Amino acid sequence: MTLFFVVTLNGLTLAALYFLAASGFSLIFGLMRTVNMAHGALLLLGGYVGWSVADATGLWALGVLAGGLAAALAGAMVQIGVLGWMQGDELRQTLASIAISIILADLMLWIWGGNTYQVRTPDWLSGGVRLEMLGIGYAKVRISLMIFALVVGVALWLFIQKTRIGAVIRAGVDDQQMLRALGYPINKIFILVFAMGGMLAGMAGVIAGSALSIAPGTDLQFLLSSLVVVIVGGMGSVGGAALGALLIGLAEQYGLAYAPTYAAVVTFVIMVFVLAVRPQGLLGRSEK
Amino acid sequence: MKHLKIAVSAIALSAAAMPASSEEITIGVISILEGAFAALGQDGIRGVEMAVADAGGSVAGNEINLVVVSSDASPDSAVAAARRLIEQDGAKIIVGPLSGSEGLALRDLSRSYPDVTIINGSSGAQDTTLRDPSPNFYRFGGDGAQWMAGVGTYAHDTLGYEKVAVVAEDYSFPYTQVLGFMSEFCAAGGTVPEKFWTPIGNADYSSVVYSIPQDVDAIFVALGGSDAVSFLTQYQQAGFSTPIIGGSITIDQTVLSSDASFRDMLIGAPAGTPTVSDYDSPEWVAFAAAYAEAYPDGLGAPSIFAHHYYMGAQAAMLGLEAVGGDLSDGGAAFRAVLDDLEFIQPTGGTMRLDENRNGIVDNFVIEVVELDDGSLGTRAIQVVKDVNQTLGQDLETFLAAGPVSRDNPSCP
Repeated sequence: MTLFFVVTLNGLTLAALYFLAASGFSLIFGLMRTVNMAHGALLLLGGYVGWSVADATGLWALGVLAGGLAAALAGAMVQIGVLGWMQGDELRQTLASIAISIILADLMLWIWGGNTYQVRTPDWLSGGVRLEMLGIGYAKVRISLMIFALVVGVALWLFIQKTRIGAVIRAGVDDQQMLRALGYPINKIFILVFAMGGMLAGMAGVIAGSALSIAPGTDLQFLLSSLVVVIVGGMGSVGGAALGALLIGLAEQYGLAYAPTYAAVVTFVIMVFVLAVRPQGLLGRSEK
Repeated sequence: MKHLKIAVSAIALSAAAMPASSEEITIGVISILEGAFAALGQDGIRGVEMAVADAGGSVAGNEINLVVVSSDASPDSAVAAARRLIEQDGAKIIVGPLSGSEGLALRDLSRSYPDVTIINGSSGAQDTTLRDPSPNFYRFGGDGAQWMAGVGTYAHDTLGYEKVAVVAEDYSFPYTQVLGFMSEFCAAGGTVPEKFWTPIGNADYSSVVYSIPQDVDAIFVALGGSDAVSFLTQYQQAGFSTPIIGGSITIDQTVLSSDASFRDMLIGAPAGTPTVSDYDSPEWVAFAAAYAEAYPDGLGAPSIFAHHYYMGAQAAMLGLEAVGGDLSDGGAAFRAVLDDLEFIQPTGGTMRLDENRNGIVDNFVIEVVELDDGSLGTRAIQVVKDVNQTLGQDLETFLAAGPVSRDNPSCP
């Protein structure tokens, strides 16, 4: 029974990480219909920059911030420099973002090499807390990860639902042409959303590097999980990303604990099932 | 995605490749330069470059032209890389691949190209050479089971472990490593109650960590690169402290050099390996010094991968030297030289092949030690001489035990 609770807790913390990674991906798609295949590369870039900053200054929180900002900047550059030129042509944008992801991955291999990095957590995050109910120790960093994702999720929801810019973004999701006609600077909004998506990915990268580890290949791994999460949850909604992340995180951990050999299959079975029954995703709206 | 990536890099590389002149001998190199094994693959390339540099960059007046192609640890990527090297770059000799299942795939592929000689890099699956070997596939080195020689006995008799759980990646090389460990450990009277096979590139091991039975004396961990780092980090974060026994690529310099919090937990952990960082034979000291000089940014010491890719490339250089660089007979003379080739390997032993073209090697039982500068290294505890592929057992008995798999061997 203890194992079941621990695995559930593991699933929740992994889901928190997936949510952080996928929410930016989902946001970008929701507004711009761009499947940003460079999202994983932005995440890894954030992770590496965060590691470098945390290593140089010894301040973990600064590392998370720097990783987020670096990826936000890179995301904005991608939109300004490349994807902005082919707005409205989603297939071209997707292909261009694949190219960007490959180029970024090679540049990062060049700069940081093939080593595996682990972002050192500050003392107040290291080690475990004793969970008396279960009679086991549990890593503090994973518990904080869950809290962090909750905070980010609520903040993102408030931003989208309650602020004026959020309302503009939502309007953009529903009817881009009308928004343009009303005179809103849609290109600037696109850049802002891309930067936000990058920021979320970058922070997720640093946190992934603290709770797990980062290495070449982490980019594709998180790109894949983000894709699966938004396909299951529904593209373009914060709630969908949360639900998708929860399902996939839990499924992966239960799989690893109870049927390790077939763990990789479980997530894709869920994805196939959702695609067959509700192709727009569990909380997604169907395309008009 | 994966295929796109390969296709794009293939186009980019072929555009940059110079047309081979008649005096050039093209040697293809297949290594993993992406994903979890990228650091290992990078080091393999260094080994090849060192062997070519040792020969002065040319053999019998023929320039050596190295073409490096990346695979991604999957068999199909290795096959695609080899086809590209053979058909586009005209390579008659290929050094590689790195990973177990890739080796099996290239052994099968080598039958379709009888004129091409494939010299294994560091892939260590057993059946690459044991069952159904291919006449033009060579392995100047051991398989994963040979690399564990001595460890099972040491764990049981010296460290007194009776019950050991296994955590390993789910493919042919770890199967072979587990066999190497268990064949000795079980024969000595130990038991392995549970084995956990996890997918390559798995990042979150926390549920495996909590599933490991609490009453085991030690955990045998056969994970490589970032997988090993992830598992050990999470194991330490969860607050467990059961001793670790390492597989050959778990306790490798690439893992020891990574900056992670589990370092202290590894000190004293035993492992089996053909490559020791501070071995004091003069040959190894010279090899490590040459490595450090050529690659100041490299790892602290040559890894298994630099070592084995070096031996593969060295064999190719010696073979080419003996035939004067002449491969015009489809490489038959070259392969005849390789069959009987003997040379001093970097650890000081004599490398030679058995009838299946698999190396008979010296193997080390090592333990992790903290070096004076605070970094981690390994120390040889014991050298096991002349380990052959059947681990000293009779070939018939060995083959009768069946191919390795998730469930074979078993001693719960």
